[in-house]
Amino acid sequence: MSLVLPLPVGRRFARLQTLRLPLALLVPMALINLIAFVLPVARLVQISFLEGHGGVLTDTATIANYLGFLTDSYYLGLIGNSIMLAAIVTVTTLIAAYPIAMFLHTVSPRWRNVLFVITISPLLVSAVVRTYGWMILLGDQGLVNDALIGLGLISEPVRLINNTLGVVVGLVEVLMPYMALSLIAGFGRLDPALEEAAASLGASRIRRFIRVTLPLTAPGIALGSLLCFVLSISSFVTPKLLGGGRVFLLATEIYDQAVVQLEWPMAATTSVVVLVLFGCALVFYTRLVRRFD
Amino acid sequence: MVGSSSTIGFRFLVGALYFFLLAPILVVLPLSFASDTMIVFPPSGWSLRWYEAMFRHEGLMKAFRVSLMLAAVVTVVSLGAGLPAAYALKRYTFTGRDALTNLFTAPLLLPSIVLGLSILLVFVKLNLLGTFPGLVVAHLVITTPYVVRIMSTALSTLPPSVEEAATMLGAPPFKVFCRVTLPLMMPGLIASAALAFLLSFDEVVISLFITGPRISTLPVEIFNYVESKTDPLIAAVSVVLVAATLAVVLLVERSIGFSKAMVK
Repeated sequence: MSLVLPLPVGRRFARLQTLRLPLALLVPMALINLIAFVLPVARLVQISFLEGHGGVLTDTATIANYLGFLTDSYYLGLIGNSIMLAAIVTVTTLIAAYPIAMFLHTVSPRWRNVLFVITISPLLVSAVVRTYGWMILLGDQGLVNDALIGLGLISEPVRLINNTLGVVVGLVEVLMPYMALSLIAGFGRLDPALEEAAASLGASRIRRFIRVTLPLTAPGIALGSLLCFVLSISSFVTPKLLGGGRVFLLATEIYDQAVVQLEWPMAATTSVVVLVLFGCALVFYTRLVRRFD
Repeated sequence: MVGSSSTIGFRFLVGALYFFLLAPILVVLPLSFASDTMIVFPPSGWSLRWYEAMFRHEGLMKAFRVSLMLAAVVTVVSLGAGLPAAYALKRYTFTGRDALTNLFTAPLLLPSIVLGLSILLVFVKLNLLGTFPGLVVAHLVITTPYVVRIMSTALSTLPPSVEEAATMLGAPPFKVFCRVTLPLMMPGLIASAALAFLLSFDEVVISLFITGPRISTLPVEIFNYVESKTDPLIAAVSVVLVAATLAVVLLVERSIGFSKAMVK
């Protein structure tokens, strides 16, 4: 004990006195964090190991939830669906946002500021509203079907929502600002002089893009892809509304299990699986980024 | 214009991508003035009937009042808890300071669907489901990390020497904070207040787990409405929401410069 008490008692007391103010300042924040974050997450993990149905839990510890999850083809299908959808959305968002970031890199600073604000402004509009907008555009009597019929390409409305296609379109648009932000940060590292040098040495436009622009903006691509992948795996509002109950994903399953069927242990287990997927994506990203430097 | 990216074709592509990005937001404006009873685009006639319907829709108006009140309370409490915490984390050194900083911003890493479920599982025991205090606490967990982060940045750009000077001139600590630190932190304070308000007002996923028949928020009501019915009513609500958000942002922009406060 004497080893851990190097200060005389009086000075130790004085030190406690000086620390009393910062401790008091931290209390409200710590309480919020404890009640609405630490305890809930601990409880989530605990319940994923409990038995129970219909909102009633027993105290029996079990790994049956996880075994059930990992042996049921329905749940395994959900994992597959979610990863597949997130991958498609991530690649599409990257392709859609890259030209915007590239354009912002070349325009004059005044235009760049204006376009930057326009690029991130959708973040201020609720995802519910933006998803509703897609329901207007892609519905059976929506603008897209009208235009296709008007052009004579189709004679009857094509189903564009209440399926995976609608969910992909909606998610790509909802996540584009995040991807664009990451890519713009990545383009910040790219010195235009390098592209000019490659051009003056006779590299073709495509070769310049593949050999100079793309590798130098790779860290931005990696960050944006991680963000999009993680956000689409956990997205709920857009798949729920544009999927019309026909697209089955981990996030929609968590909600249905918890709120509709009151199967809390299974909802908790599904949540832990989502968190594990998050962890995997993060580890993969960290390994990838280490290679860039 | 430099290099490869200034061809007409490329500009056209970028224009099309911006059109794609903004289309779902722009489309609600004309639809909100439609006279049709269903979603038909472009509308066959024009009217203000959906704005009227919005003001006569009791569920939505009640939820709107709840959301407004909720966002106001959440903003005040977020600042009340986040500002002192950021001050303690930036102006004092103690063991576990970095760990605490990480803990306070950790809720941002958790997907809101998982956070919502976790909060539901604890609140059901605390009898906080479907209550106003329950909604306040649940929203605080997503607004306070931003407040702590923005205020910490604001504090670290503010040299402690200014505060030390005031202390040496004999001002007691509380007076130093109120007369020196706080006024200098005003831009960060306004920015985090605006952000906390907007985050709480727009929050839907976590609220979905906590609201019920007794109490509901506007985004939850909109979500439920859109899921069950398809008519232009929500277009009118959306226009009002976008206009209100724009008003908040412009207000902040006029007083401090939004981008300045965010980037700093």
